[in-house]
Amino acid sequence: MDKTVPDLAAAVAGIEDGMVLMVGGFGGSGAPIELIHALIDRFKATGSPKNLTVVNNNAGNGRIGIAAMIDAGMVAKMVCSFPRSADPRAFTEKYLAGEIGLELVPQGTLAERIRAGGAGIPAFYTPASFGTDVAKGKPVAEFDGKSYVQERWLKADAALIKAELADTMGNLTYRKAARNFSPLMAAAAKLTIVQATKIVAPGEIDPEQVVTPGIFVNRVVEVANASQEEALMRDGVAYA
Amino acid sequence: MSTKLSNAQIAWRAAQDIADGAYVNLGIGFPEMVAKFQPPGRQAIFHTENGVLNFGEAPPSGEEDWDLINAGKKAITLKPGAAFFHHADSFGMVRGGHLDVAILGTYEVAENGDLANWSTGPKGVPAVGGAMDLVHGAKRVAVVTDHVTKDGKPKLVKRCTLPLTGVGCVTRVYSSLAVIDIEDGRFVLREKLASMRVEELQAVTGAELVLPDVIGDLVAPEVS
Repeated sequence: MDKTVPDLAAAVAGIEDGMVLMVGGFGGSGAPIELIHALIDRFKATGSPKNLTVVNNNAGNGRIGIAAMIDAGMVAKMVCSFPRSADPRAFTEKYLAGEIGLELVPQGTLAERIRAGGAGIPAFYTPASFGTDVAKGKPVAEFDGKSYVQERWLKADAALIKAELADTMGNLTYRKAARNFSPLMAAAAKLTIVQATKIVAPGEIDPEQVVTPGIFVNRVVEVANASQEEALMRDGVAYA
Repeated sequence: MSTKLSNAQIAWRAAQDIADGAYVNLGIGFPEMVAKFQPPGRQAIFHTENGVLNFGEAPPSGEEDWDLINAGKKAITLKPGAAFFHHADSFGMVRGGHLDVAILGTYEVAENGDLANWSTGPKGVPAVGGAMDLVHGAKRVAVVTDHVTKDGKPKLVKRCTLPLTGVGCVTRVYSSLAVIDIEDGRFVLREKLASMRVEELQAVTGAELVLPDVIGDLVAPEVS
């Protein structure tokens, strides 16, 4: 079993118009910049994929990564907790013009909805957002004298993930706080696509250290010197 | 003598109530200052929503590792005994009652413990982040805040008028003029500036203050 693919274009093949796409990362930490930019390259060459629903904690920064996808016109809707950043122009301009949708989800609820999606749990109850505008229209129930809001699972057609080490079977480790949403998203997507800083042979990652087991991963591509979103921002890079 | 505490002094006062070994989440911005003022001999373990326990101060400029950030997307360092974990575990720590203290900023806090700190109304792009989760689960949920708005209006109110972050969640308020507990749907005055009379404090507070027999003096050293 070998899940490696030869290049970024092959890695992002099969992501089609209208899909729900999860993108790992919290701000720039864990953002799979090269996979996102490969998807933008395909859109520019073929006009597809477009009308994507993108799930990420944020809604892009500057003119790179998710912000560049939004700029390019590939994104119909964002599902996120905090659509702001140091430079949120791409999302803000389209949102205020009514050209992009937003489903605002409290951060812990977003994480748990994705976890539930990967774990086969269709709904759960959380105290977060009870009594607030965010809970409007959602079922509420009382357990042991306290009120909770029902939230539903969140699943995706595909996920783009940045890992530190991957073996050819798709077992993954992450680097520092770059882990964040990625293990959850890897499990919640039908097609999980990983860019790893290094790909190694099976057995070279200690099974005790595996964070995402390969069962959740479909494709792995090596990107040795991956870009860091924050570093690109500081260098004023625009991907257009 | 100044007529109110500075933000740093409010943060200092809040830090005095954090026990050695407490697990603590500090909200983005002003509440982050609380970490600077831990009393000697005590070490709290700080939690950040994006998956780190026991982080330390910011690294020197030029030595940032941008994979190692806090919820405010600022670069951090690790202390010995730090741990990484994914986002679902991180918010499990929050909602599951594992944090001892969460300290947040606020626009309004009401005598019934309701908090409004995420939205000032329908204009612009709404963003909630982790605030709606953070107000649930910690054993103590405190806010640090100026006692009044820039226009001089009370931030401690009878009922919140801005969109709520959480219902009945706040247990203590550290303001620029007082320390106030929220008990049984009332503001209970614990400490106030010695230079201020109760009537003066009541006049800038939007709901009735309950006055216990002992009201301490709110004092903080000159810190920044």
